[in-house]
Amino acid sequence: MQRILSSGKAIRHFRFLFLSLLLLSASAGADSTVSAPVKSKSGVSVKTLDNGLKILVKEDHRAPIAVVQVWYRVGTSYEHEGITGLSHALEHLMFKGTTKRKSGEFEVALSRIGAENNAFTSQDYTAYYEVLAAKHIETAIDLEADRMRNLVLDKLEFLREIEVVKEERRTRTDDNPNSKMREQFNAVAYLNNPYRAPVIGWMEDLDNMNLDDLKDWYAKWYAPNNATLVVAGDVDPQEVFALATKYFGDYKAVKLPVVKPRTEIPQIGLREIVIKAPAKVASFMMGFKTPGMITAKLGKVEKWEPYALDVLANILDGGSSARFAKKLVRGKEIAAGASAGYMGYGRMPQMFMVSGVPATGVEVDVLRKAIMEEIELMKTSLVTADELERVKAQVLASEIYQRDSVSHMAITLGSLEATGLGWELMDEYEEQILAITPEQIQQVAKKYLNEDQMTFARLEPQSLTSGGDK
Amino acid sequence: MRVLTGLLLAILTTFSSLGVAGPKFEHWTLDSGLRVYYVDIQDLPMLDINVTFDAGSARDGKKAGVANLTMSMMDSGSAGMSADEIAEAFESVGARLYASASKDMANIGLRTITLEKPFNKAIDNWLSVMKSPDFPKADFERLQKQMKVSFESSKQRPGSIAGEAFNKNLYGDHPYAQPTRGFEDTVAAMTTEDLKAFYDQYIVEENAMVTIVGAVSREEAEVLAKRVAEVLPAGEKAKPIPEVKPLTEAKTVHIPFPSSQAHILIGQTGYKRGDPDYFKLYLANHPFGGSGFTSRLMKEIRVKRGLSYSVYSYFSPSRELGPFVMGLQTKIEQIDEAKEALNQMLKTYLKDGATAEEIEESKLNITGGFPMNIAGNSNIGNYADVIGFFDLPLDYLEHFTDKINEVTHEEAADAMRRRINPEAMLTIIVGGEEKKDSDKADGKTEGQ
Repeated sequence: MQRILSSGKAIRHFRFLFLSLLLLSASAGADSTVSAPVKSKSGVSVKTLDNGLKILVKEDHRAPIAVVQVWYRVGTSYEHEGITGLSHALEHLMFKGTTKRKSGEFEVALSRIGAENNAFTSQDYTAYYEVLAAKHIETAIDLEADRMRNLVLDKLEFLREIEVVKEERRTRTDDNPNSKMREQFNAVAYLNNPYRAPVIGWMEDLDNMNLDDLKDWYAKWYAPNNATLVVAGDVDPQEVFALATKYFGDYKAVKLPVVKPRTEIPQIGLREIVIKAPAKVASFMMGFKTPGMITAKLGKVEKWEPYALDVLANILDGGSSARFAKKLVRGKEIAAGASAGYMGYGRMPQMFMVSGVPATGVEVDVLRKAIMEEIELMKTSLVTADELERVKAQVLASEIYQRDSVSHMAITLGSLEATGLGWELMDEYEEQILAITPEQIQQVAKKYLNEDQMTFARLEPQSLTSGGDK
Repeated sequence: MRVLTGLLLAILTTFSSLGVAGPKFEHWTLDSGLRVYYVDIQDLPMLDINVTFDAGSARDGKKAGVANLTMSMMDSGSAGMSADEIAEAFESVGARLYASASKDMANIGLRTITLEKPFNKAIDNWLSVMKSPDFPKADFERLQKQMKVSFESSKQRPGSIAGEAFNKNLYGDHPYAQPTRGFEDTVAAMTTEDLKAFYDQYIVEENAMVTIVGAVSREEAEVLAKRVAEVLPAGEKAKPIPEVKPLTEAKTVHIPFPSSQAHILIGQTGYKRGDPDYFKLYLANHPFGGSGFTSRLMKEIRVKRGLSYSVYSYFSPSRELGPFVMGLQTKIEQIDEAKEALNQMLKTYLKDGATAEEIEESKLNITGGFPMNIAGNSNIGNYADVIGFFDLPLDYLEHFTDKINEVTHEEAADAMRRRINPEAMLTIIVGGEEKKDSDKADGKTEGQ
């Protein structure tokens, strides 16, 4: 069942969280403080159970449907070398039996009510979800509560499922030259920070993973005080709170492991790698170390900085009128594609990412140079009022379009919560973006988009020797 | 998301129009002939308006790729506006212009917010783009170069190679055999004159229908529809495309590729929109390979044997016979085992059919999942397009679950047996070295 490995452009899906928050949530159970339900301006109702389980409910009564999601604060960035891919492998096994239900019953119960269900793992979280008719949310909450504490990890099922995970790795990464580049890019961009590992895990780690590793991981992280229940759709918050109390309420908070900070050491010069893989199309990616939303939340940079980086990404690549499309794809006609994105929504700082595919007959270095010139231009001159207005108009419109998807709303809430950024960020996002000025964009460009903090990876295509293309 | 892309595809393509007590579709035809489908949804201040033409790549003829290229050029120049100006015009009001082609349809659509000022500007520009595209030569040459990169890129993806080989071998000389984006040589040889000719012939009112979904009143929708009709020349309705001739014997094509996995597709022709066996076959496939983790294929091939991350089967109905496909990816050493498992399971399923219990479970799943299919502007817009384009009854969604529930498990099994011939399956394998013992292999097909 399973998985979306997040990679590539993070819209708002990453996650942050700092050490103290974990410790706090562990002790919150002991304090047995129950928060009074609160409703925010965006219509989110919130409650935290005695055992630390936080519940977010977003009402949307357009259609009689609902989304139930459980988010655990565990993912690849909680792993260490040698056990990479463990969070994701456990996610696969979470669809097997529990002490109450035999393997397979879970799927049948959901299938009978027409629910769509799956899960996804990222660097910062593991999330499980059901999309279903609103009248059936109790079934989903019951099943999610059951597998939070009662999973049965069976040896034979593990041995079969780990082969499935390896096949997944082959499909996603090993046979995809661009994924391979991305994987190795991360391993070089981050030296001591766990974001260097692939979510699906290195193949050798998968080969050597065992059932005890999974049991240990499950026992450590799958607890009410390490989870957020998000329910969105045609539901009544009070009813959701009551169901959550009924099914999750008896679980005890557990003492969560201390997560070592593993803050990435400062980068002190350009890093550059070449990936040689069977392929036909050259491409490249570059990343600049930047602060994240979490950095601002902790007061280490100005609050506006991440938003300025977000707008900057949109100036370069926010549609067909943005600079990359206008100047590099059209204009100079040197790019088949070029993209920019700010990854600022993790539990730890990440990067400002740029990637490019040269147009036919154009060398990688030509496009790379042109992109660097565009980045320099962001430092030396202010963006125009027109450009900025266009970005803001698109942000405003997107906020409306996104409300068409109940799942999207739930994912935004859950990921913000799971990364330690806090779901409340959703309420201020639009306002913060609209307040960004040309000067602020210039400042963050100068401060962060420097070659000394850059990692560059290039895919150098090798012959598809046995391919049928010649 | 269920991550099984094949499965998702199946759901989207075969199932893209179901409903419960859902949206209220209104339909009328203008005096000038344009068919209009309208759904009033006031929940969000947004509108989707989409004109669909019977002008998919099935109309390409020898100029493979012309429908796709024509639609791809819609944002490149019109009424003297340059590509830059068009991009700015839409994006400055947060609107999105869409134009694309698939095998049956071409469409030109717009998503916009409905606040008065941005709305008026977006609509005006959208109509202008549709009315007088310029097809500037320089922009077209750039597009051709970009397509070249896209063709090259497909050659490094075994899944793309398998998909194209499947259609090519399944459809032979039928237009569906050609990829929508065309071939390298046909795209390179195309001229803007070809695009204009295609546009003039097919992007016309007689060949069009429009869907209007969102926060506009019926009166406003009527005005919008008339404005669409005004920018389109009357033209002529396109002639029916040829019927598909099903395969009559088995065929295997193994394309070598330096990958760690092989992509395997096994299938043949399935059914079309409006097919009398539509509901029976839709239901019959569900417990076999269409229901995700409760399906036979998934339980056996993934859960029990760990052979593949993704395994599925689906019917994808189109104007004429769409494909029936079973697919998976597995490491090279397991090709034979996986292929035999698929074939054996299909044979057993055709012989015995689903159990009554499986069919009951599937009915519960399909009908229970119904509300999700009709939730939200995007989903409703997609239904409106399908209902309009394929001339399905307006109450199609209302009766979908009833039609499914009426099918008995014997009828489902019988339809599957009548329509799927296990002796005439097409098998495509991409990955590993070609093996000499591949039965009836026609050797290598070109890697596209």
